[in-house]
Amino acid sequence: MASSASRTENTRPRRVSRFLTRARGVEAVAHGVAFLAASTIVAITALLVFELWINSALSRHKFGWDFLFTSTWDPISGQFGALPFIFGTVVTSALALLISVPLGVGAAIFLAELAPPKISDALTFCIELLAAVPSVIYGLIGIFVLIPALQTIVPPLKSVFGFLPIFSGPFYGVSIFSAGIVLAVMVVPFIISVSREILLAVPRDLREAALALGATRWESTWDVVVPFAKTGIVGSIFLSLARALGETMAVTMVIGNTPRIQASLLAPGYSIAAVIANEFREAAGDLYTSSLIELGLVLFALTIVINGAARLLILATTGKAAS
Amino acid sequence: MHKWTKFLPMLAALAFPVLGSAQVLINGAGATFPDPIYQKWFSDYHKAHPDVQINYQAIGSGGGIKQVTEGTVDFGATDGPMNDQQLAEFKTKRGGGVLHFPTVLGAVVPIYNVPGLPASGFNFTGEALAGIFMGTITKWNDPALAKANPGVKLPDADILVVHRSDGSGTTYCWTDYLSKVSPGWKSKVGNGASVNWPVGIGAKANPGVAGQVKNTSNSVGYVELIYAEQNKIPFGNVKNQSGVYVKPDLAGITAAAAGAAKDMPEDFRVSITNAPGKGAYPISTFTWLLIPEKFQDQAKAKVLKDFVKWALTAGQAMAEPLSYARLPKEVIAKEEKALAKVK
Repeated sequence: MASSASRTENTRPRRVSRFLTRARGVEAVAHGVAFLAASTIVAITALLVFELWINSALSRHKFGWDFLFTSTWDPISGQFGALPFIFGTVVTSALALLISVPLGVGAAIFLAELAPPKISDALTFCIELLAAVPSVIYGLIGIFVLIPALQTIVPPLKSVFGFLPIFSGPFYGVSIFSAGIVLAVMVVPFIISVSREILLAVPRDLREAALALGATRWESTWDVVVPFAKTGIVGSIFLSLARALGETMAVTMVIGNTPRIQASLLAPGYSIAAVIANEFREAAGDLYTSSLIELGLVLFALTIVINGAARLLILATTGKAAS
Repeated sequence: MHKWTKFLPMLAALAFPVLGSAQVLINGAGATFPDPIYQKWFSDYHKAHPDVQINYQAIGSGGGIKQVTEGTVDFGATDGPMNDQQLAEFKTKRGGGVLHFPTVLGAVVPIYNVPGLPASGFNFTGEALAGIFMGTITKWNDPALAKANPGVKLPDADILVVHRSDGSGTTYCWTDYLSKVSPGWKSKVGNGASVNWPVGIGAKANPGVAGQVKNTSNSVGYVELIYAEQNKIPFGNVKNQSGVYVKPDLAGITAAAAGAAKDMPEDFRVSITNAPGKGAYPISTFTWLLIPEKFQDQAKAKVLKDFVKWALTAGQAMAEPLSYARLPKEVIAKEEKALAKVK
């Protein structure tokens, strides 16, 4: 009896400890796997920058910082400047956000807070479908539907606002303006679907507390729920900004592919991603190829700078570190 | 589709083990312009020689030159001949040289969409085209255009220039011609697959340019002959060296080639834009296969030589239905001799 009791007393802790060590082993393995998964992202980013940096060496040495501030792009004489492409990329993306953010956030608030569940579900399904449409389709719709429509809408608009530099000059259909609109349509589903999820995740208690304090439905939404979800909504805007900056196919089909900087939004322009896609295949000569690769590096840097600036802006406005 | 077709020969080898042992698989890449006829040639050649499979990817002339230089494909194809620097690079990388073999000819034509102008027979001079694409001629009723088109009422409208946004052999041929007829174009813009366009908007590939011109009034652009014909876009005549306005068609292209055939250089690297001859259409070009002189695999060398010989004889008959012009007889004879250099 005694011996058997002592045996169980001895073996139980041993079993427990064995279980614990095994669990700790599993823990360690899981930790390692998760860490490995996370570090591949860093490794891929680092490799990407490394490759772009190495392969753009020729053009970086030849043009230095001038690459960013000159606007001649002449493959024949070997003169390369990225400014018109940077301008086109930034302006089309800004225009896209200007249109899509109010639209997207507004729609997300409606779907998450105000709409009856049936309508909300049906609309959400449509939005997810929109997000899955390939960009070449958006480009084709841009050419065959949007541009003919703009060609009838813009002239009367020009007669009213034509005195503004941003609406001056002839309008050929393909333009920075058209590209901005196509991009806005493309990114709006991202803003809506991510923002909606974020808004739905806001704790119910907060809404109930606001309503209990006598707030109306809209007051509780606008003053309590939206501020709580702010960081997430801004995150969704970043995601769509990144997509707008890097969009290639749809942009090149409607932007006019002209490397010139013009004040008018109705003038044709060019974007970084579009010129890389258009010219890389036929680029003859090392300097030409290297300049196109440097454009890729510039696009990467541009994304980081804009994201960084936006993050700083949030920090400044919220006062605290947004975690 | 492309990826899938790559596996076809493998599947075929699995399905027909009897033939499997003798399969010769050849890969090529390059110019998009001759792609339709090349695909037809390779498929017909395969039907006649089931043990040979030639796979061609139309990735563009620049890409074709790059890939054949790197040795990732067995042969390349281009719409503009390789320059001396590229030939030297090939030699240092691959040891032997590379040969140009003209296969068929094509033409680039000016297309326009101007309300009130005739749907065909509008005349352009080389100088006027250079002026329009440089931005020195900005109106459709410019005296230079009026002089070339007596009796045609020209509208007082701004010209919109449409050019290619992607690098292309079509642009190479077009700018090669403009450089020859306009010293101003040669010094300010020059000649290449992509250039720094002084004016206009860029559209992607032949269909893009054709579509943009079709949709925009008072625009002018340039595409390969077959695209203008297929899309039924008005295209103009161009004045040649002899002062004749020539309608772009297969006869005009062949006439241009015949003019050039007399003094064809040994390596076939010749531009036939602005060619002499009364009936010659001045914006014509050869398109070339790029075949290395030395092959590691003798079976491949043998098959490619046989294929080129076939393309130069039986293959030529397939050119015209696909809107390409045949090679002149003198050029074919010369090429057959040059084939002996491939080893």
